[in-house]
Amino acid sequence: MSTIRFTGVGHQYGGGTVLEDINLTLAEQRIGIIGANGSGKSTLARMINGLVLPTRGTVTVDTLDPARHGREVRRRVGFMFTDPDSQIVMPTVAEDVAFTLRRRGLSKEETTEKVDAILSRFGLAAHADHPSHLLSGGQKQLLALAAILVGGPSILVADEPTTLLDAFNLRRVGRIFAAMDQQLVIVTHHLELLRDFDRVILIHQGKVAADGAPAPVLAAYQKLWETLDEAPLPAALSGAGPR
Amino acid sequence: MMALYAPGVSLVHRTPAGLKLPALAAGVLALSSMTGLAQLGTAILATILLYALARIPWALAGRQLRPFLWVLGAVLLFQILLSGWQHAALATGTLVTTIALANLLTLTTTVSAILDTCQRALRPLRRFGVDPERVGLLLALAIRCLPLVADIVRDVSDAQKARAAHHSVLALAAPAVVRALRTADALGESLMARGFDD
Repeated sequence: MSTIRFTGVGHQYGGGTVLEDINLTLAEQRIGIIGANGSGKSTLARMINGLVLPTRGTVTVDTLDPARHGREVRRRVGFMFTDPDSQIVMPTVAEDVAFTLRRRGLSKEETTEKVDAILSRFGLAAHADHPSHLLSGGQKQLLALAAILVGGPSILVADEPTTLLDAFNLRRVGRIFAAMDQQLVIVTHHLELLRDFDRVILIHQGKVAADGAPAPVLAAYQKLWETLDEAPLPAALSGAGPR
Repeated sequence: MMALYAPGVSLVHRTPAGLKLPALAAGVLALSSMTGLAQLGTAILATILLYALARIPWALAGRQLRPFLWVLGAVLLFQILLSGWQHAALATGTLVTTIALANLLTLTTTVSAILDTCQRALRPLRRFGVDPERVGLLLALAIRCLPLVADIVRDVSDAQKARAAHHSVLALAAPAVVRALRTADALGESLMARGFDD
């Protein structure tokens, strides 16, 4: 299992503080990160493979700093985005998965073998030659996941990967996550995905507000909602609705 | 080009892209130097035979020509008015055959195979500072962006209709450009995440 370390990490953007004094050591197999929109959780996740660099402190993945060893870190850390359309690069399903392997120095046969195997695992083999942009939303997200995992990362970081999925595909992706060998760090609003996770971290206003087993952290998050919910709605919205 | 590849195992499918690309270039050159309707008839017949050999359904082949119909119609009309029906038939027939041959290439060749061929062809230019892999990636992204931009424009147009807004080019272009730029950022970030960060 890899160890991801955040030491005194802070991040400022556009004059505001996104993250402040984050100190975490992530060594569990399945870790969930939760928090309200704009809390800083996506920034935290992006720091793991160097998509965002901290303005203060350091992040390391097995002693490698993404700021200095970006390529090595990104080979170990696969990153899954919310919108699969923004991570599909090639026109057909098989070509997009093969794209990940382009720089690995594999022969054509080795690439085809790996691509076929992962497409079968994700139930996409029948779509191998289909245009990737014509897949359904759920199939696109599965393709995005297959295209990451074919590269053999030891860690998968997923930023709200189920936000655009329907209930069926949400369960399907959830089952795939549950069966994965890789270390998984997932940012999500689908709290039911996290019930069996090893650790859940609640980020609020750029700081770690709760950290531990799922049940107490989810309870802390619910309490936070209730506090926020007590704030009055703007006058224009309160009582508004169809009449 | 995005949606064109039609999987198959025909001789045309199996012919390497490295042969098909120069053959297409030679074909287009020959078409552009035609002077008579008899030559055009031969070229059309040869193109039909190639489609049959590739076992491309006629409906699919026809669908690929549909986006060009208004251009072809305009060319035909202008040529009839300016040069007479024979010249109009030759010019329009040449255009249709050229488009059909280019479509046959993309219907029977994966984009990866075309990119690999382009990259191989560009390798000698490495000594002049050209990075063939980067050029290949650029081509792949350009092809990928066609349906992405089309989706963005459709979404923005639908949003305007849903709000019963009047048709306005500026009202369509501004949000479409903003969304296209955001999508480009996201695509760049995802390329970086997949290790294409240099």
